Amino acid sequence: MATERKLRGVAIFWAFIVKEFKHVVRDRKSLTILLGLPVVMMTLFGFALSNEVKDTRFVVVDLTPDAATLALTDRLDQSMYFSFAGQVRNEAEIEQVFRRGEARLAVVFGAQFDRGNAGQRQVRLVADASDANTANIVTNYATAIIAQFQSELPGALPTSAGITVETRMLYNPQLKSSYMFVPGVMTLILMLLGAMMTSVSIVREKERGTMEVLLVSPMNPLMVIISKAVPYMVLCFVDVLIILALSYGVLDMPGGANIPLLLAECLLFIVTTLALGLVISNKVETQQTAMFISLVGLLMPALVFSGFMFPIENMPLPLKIISNVVPTKWFYMIASNVMIKGLGFAAVVKPTVILAGMTLVLLLISLKSFKQRL
Amino acid sequence: MAEWAIEAVNLTRRFGAFTAVNAINLQVAQGEIFGFLGANGAGKTTAMRIFCGLLEPTSGKATVAGFDAMTQSEKIKQQIGYMSQKFSLYGKLTVRQNIRFFAGIYGLSRAQVKSKTAEIVERLGLADAADKLVDDLPLGWKQRISFAVATVHQPKVVFLDEPTGGVDPMVRRQFWDMIFEAAAQGMTVFVTTHYMDEAEYCDRVSIMVDGSIAAIGTPAELYAQHNASSIEDVFVALARKATRHGD
Repeated sequence: MATERKLRGVAIFWAFIVKEFKHVVRDRKSLTILLGLPVVMMTLFGFALSNEVKDTRFVVVDLTPDAATLALTDRLDQSMYFSFAGQVRNEAEIEQVFRRGEARLAVVFGAQFDRGNAGQRQVRLVADASDANTANIVTNYATAIIAQFQSELPGALPTSAGITVETRMLYNPQLKSSYMFVPGVMTLILMLLGAMMTSVSIVREKERGTMEVLLVSPMNPLMVIISKAVPYMVLCFVDVLIILALSYGVLDMPGGANIPLLLAECLLFIVTTLALGLVISNKVETQQTAMFISLVGLLMPALVFSGFMFPIENMPLPLKIISNVVPTKWFYMIASNVMIKGLGFAAVVKPTVILAGMTLVLLLISLKSFKQRL
Repeated sequence: MAEWAIEAVNLTRRFGAFTAVNAINLQVAQGEIFGFLGANGAGKTTAMRIFCGLLEPTSGKATVAGFDAMTQSEKIKQQIGYMSQKFSLYGKLTVRQNIRFFAGIYGLSRAQVKSKTAEIVERLGLADAADKLVDDLPLGWKQRISFAVATVHQPKVVFLDEPTGGVDPMVRRQFWDMIFEAAAQGMTVFVTTHYMDEAEYCDRVSIMVDGSIAAIGTPAELYAQHNASSIEDVFVALARKATRHGD
């Protein structure tokens, strides 16, 4: 008898999952969001959006061209960061060029550049700082290239009295930003989909009245909630696989990450987002509200406080404190440590424990408010 | 006790300072069609939710199919069917899938699910529509399917919360034919409605005003008591005394 009941329980559970999948698959909108969003976001962040500055157009003011100025101009033009956009005659023209958006940087050579002594050669960089960040990056690149060029000139002085600074960029040696975005994008996608899809699907049942029927049926209310959450857990996990496939297959993410660990951590975070979705669905009555709260109430803090777009270290203290209660911060920490740095479990124990604790609290809150509604 | 399908004794439910249901008493016999009338906000839905085990009473006692609503709501759930005013089907599933799904939820065996599905499709004349999505069907059909689904497990009592809202009289009549059929098989039907002509189809009705039952009896008894010629007149006479207004 007991086993028969158990079997029936499994059958009901299965029927539920099949129903939920059919609902998702037959609803074009949710299917597009579920499968399209990760692909679109990955493509956008991987290819279109990038904080690398490539092929910046620059102009040159060179009143007395000689071998050295030509060589330096050529060196800049050859690098992947710059492309030569022409000569201008004086500084007034630089401004016009900047205003027309034809260049972001001007290189001004001092008169008689090559004839001067080593200490008297002068180059001035003029950058369009209407976009301050880019201007900064561009001048840094140019300075580095000029310094390199200078050290190769005959009679060059040793730089800064013999100290040579050698910079090594660990974990991302080419400073390629495309796969740096992956942990952040993954965090955002999971947060958005996990919480939004779960809350919307439960609230939809409330709106349609099917939730009441389920609660009046002999099914255990806890089972109702679990059966609602499982299909979205599976779908979010599929999204994780899509993201990983894209990052290793298309974005040339370097291998070496502990994939089983990463998947396990993703699963934990998916449960966190589902729990958030459950909490939301218990509090709101319409699908629109559920969607709005997921977008504004979850995505915004996820974006701001994950450390993915804005470094948390630079935030004022109150914001730093707030960031600690945002689950995305901890998951982003885990994901970037495991994916980019290739670290093992020992390195992410603390954020994992914090995330698991948050998940537990959220689940308890959602169960409690669910019971109250009964 | 068990001779009544539904019984309420001084049943009360408060939400904070507000008394939604105020010490109501009623008995519904097995196989009876009981019309539960009242203006919006009179406390009908709250009372119904207590009977279904969705809400706990603040005080008093409610029994359904012989089980106590306070302590044995799990047992009650196995004996009742419920249809909400939102007709409660999954729009993106076909008719057949909906029937199968709910039959499974109510714990029917695989063989029963199969035979019941075929039987309902046949009885409702849905052979052509059985594999269409519920979203694509007219409201009247959805309501009849919803009723068939709510009674798929042959419950002792079925609760219908304004089951016929928004459809024309012809379709409502078809729906009531299904109710008569179910009652003839011994099922107890507890139905709330806004349509006073439907109230006259019931064996007995009660009229709730401000959380209390203002009148209860067969339609004929109520006409006599209130010197009226229709339930509507009785209803209006009673509802005029109400101090609460619709929600």
